[in-house]
Amino acid sequence: MTIHVLDLTSKRQNPVERLYQRLLGNMSLSEFVLWLLVLIAFGLFFGLPLIWLLLAPSKLDNELLSLPPLSFGSFDNYIRAWNNLNVYDDGALVRWGLNSLFYTLTSLIISVAISVPAGYALATAKFAGRRVILWTTLITMILPGSALVLPLFLEMNAVRLVNTPWSVILPAAFFPFGVYLAFIYFANFLPNDLLSAGRVDGCSEWQLFRYIGLPLARTLLGLLAFLSFTANWNSYFLPFVMLNNSELFNLPLGLKALMAGTSAINPTFATDLPIKRPEAALTGLLMVLPVAIVFIFSQRYVISGALTGGIKE
Amino acid sequence: MTASETRYETAAPMARTAKSKRSPFQAAHLFVLPYVVFLLAFGVGPGIYALLVSFSKTVGGRPQLFQAGLSNYVTAFTDFRFGSTIENMLQFLLIAIPMGIIGVLLLSLLLHERKNWFSTTMRTIYFVPGAVAGPALVLIAIFMFDPNVSPFDGLLRDVLGYEQVREIVRERNFPLLFAIIAFFGGAGGWIAIFYGALNGISNEIVEAAIIDGCNNLQLALRIKMPLIRPYIAYMLILTFAGNVQLFAEPQLIGRAPGSTVSAYWSPNQLGYAFAFELGNFGAAAALSMLLLVIGIVGAFIIIRATNLFRTEAGGD
Repeated sequence: MTIHVLDLTSKRQNPVERLYQRLLGNMSLSEFVLWLLVLIAFGLFFGLPLIWLLLAPSKLDNELLSLPPLSFGSFDNYIRAWNNLNVYDDGALVRWGLNSLFYTLTSLIISVAISVPAGYALATAKFAGRRVILWTTLITMILPGSALVLPLFLEMNAVRLVNTPWSVILPAAFFPFGVYLAFIYFANFLPNDLLSAGRVDGCSEWQLFRYIGLPLARTLLGLLAFLSFTANWNSYFLPFVMLNNSELFNLPLGLKALMAGTSAINPTFATDLPIKRPEAALTGLLMVLPVAIVFIFSQRYVISGALTGGIKE
Repeated sequence: MTASETRYETAAPMARTAKSKRSPFQAAHLFVLPYVVFLLAFGVGPGIYALLVSFSKTVGGRPQLFQAGLSNYVTAFTDFRFGSTIENMLQFLLIAIPMGIIGVLLLSLLLHERKNWFSTTMRTIYFVPGAVAGPALVLIAIFMFDPNVSPFDGLLRDVLGYEQVREIVRERNFPLLFAIIAFFGGAGGWIAIFYGALNGISNEIVEAAIIDGCNNLQLALRIKMPLIRPYIAYMLILTFAGNVQLFAEPQLIGRAPGSTVSAYWSPNQLGYAFAFELGNFGAAAALSMLLLVIGIVGAFIIIRATNLFRTEAGGD
């Protein structure tokens, strides 16, 4: 009977009140407005630059100044800017893009292939040297990576790999953070009993990894691939030191060359090249777009990956 | 007891002990071997090499180990540009690290207040700029700081009173500008990680706190924040290590129209100059060692202060 009465009162609440209730929850109206304003303000801070970048190549250089910043010019201008860019160094941009893809994907494949088995072994087996490897991993993980770039250069120079793709690919495939993540992941999500059961059933260690460990690690693989790809796609200091042949440049180095050698961002810089701000923006857009798309789809890996860091309550 | 049963009973345990004692041991070593090779070649090796080079001098193109004593360190640390690069880096760290931690905490706690389409959309918008780094990030920054083309022109012109990009992109402002750039490119990833961590907090704890009379602010600061403390420590360490190695930003931002910048703004730039402009790899290595030591000391202070790796060490 009481339940029935309660039911009736809740139905009598008018829709506006209910919506209000749903929106505010446990916040007061002023708290809610403040919440909304802060999030929107930061939404503009993070969102507008990329929207601007998307729109900028649709305008001519002088239109960037005369038209409103977030207006759209015309589709033709993207093509015009693209053609102008291809004048630079005989179509170097396409070459840089392919180089970027090649370096990034090769590093990604090597680093995932190395770090997943290593993290698995560190998490599931106790073996001589395990503690040393774990601690060295933690230390190399938190080191400022660029402090190692100059010694890496000397090392690569000694084995005559400087100015080859491998001088960029191999150091980038060393991914201690990936090993650490894989270690945490398997330590938290792979019950040892499962492995013991597999052993009793006669699985070899490789089979245990292949048929129990790997299938459980799908989220981990996604997260590792994502982290490795984004880090190396934007890699700048390492290739800057290792590569001096512009044929081998990746996109960040290429963009730097564009920024330095044309009036791409500085209209007062005198040059005959038709590379101005829209072309610079298009180069930036071409660099950002692939990763941005990957980002939109992999956010959930990062969010769920955070849990692998394991707050143990 | 038949013969076959006996055999079964004795043979099986033997086979099992043999497997669990020997083969996992060997297999584990095979599993980590490729990683150990990379760890030595690209992590430990260059570190040790840098240490050796920093104490060596080159005579007739051949390095002489331990012949230089501390002279490389003296050369690097008494260089006329050294003091200002360290000062620049410290100014930048003092702004960037608090800005990063406070901003990321604030936004992730706010986003976590409500799970609806709006907060999910906002989280994604914050997250996507993480795709931008290096020269592309500097390029966008230069455009954003230029009142003539920036979508923030209203803010730059009417509120802050700037007319030209050179009034903003000047050396005095660099620590703040680089901190804003770092926050733009780096905050979203950490927000997603913190958000994931906040999701991991059990509902019972939150509900108990609400029953005990916690308001939203207390809930955020006293309950949620302490529970994601390892992530905060972790962000501190990685942003510290990342910020120490500033290179692309100071190298490229001077390309903005009308602005000038020293080619030796950050310690990393100075190290690069030592190696490739002066050919003094010893002094460059000494600077690398300094950055490494700063990175390690900073990380260990944070680890000790927050007990970050407690769970891992305990699980050993």
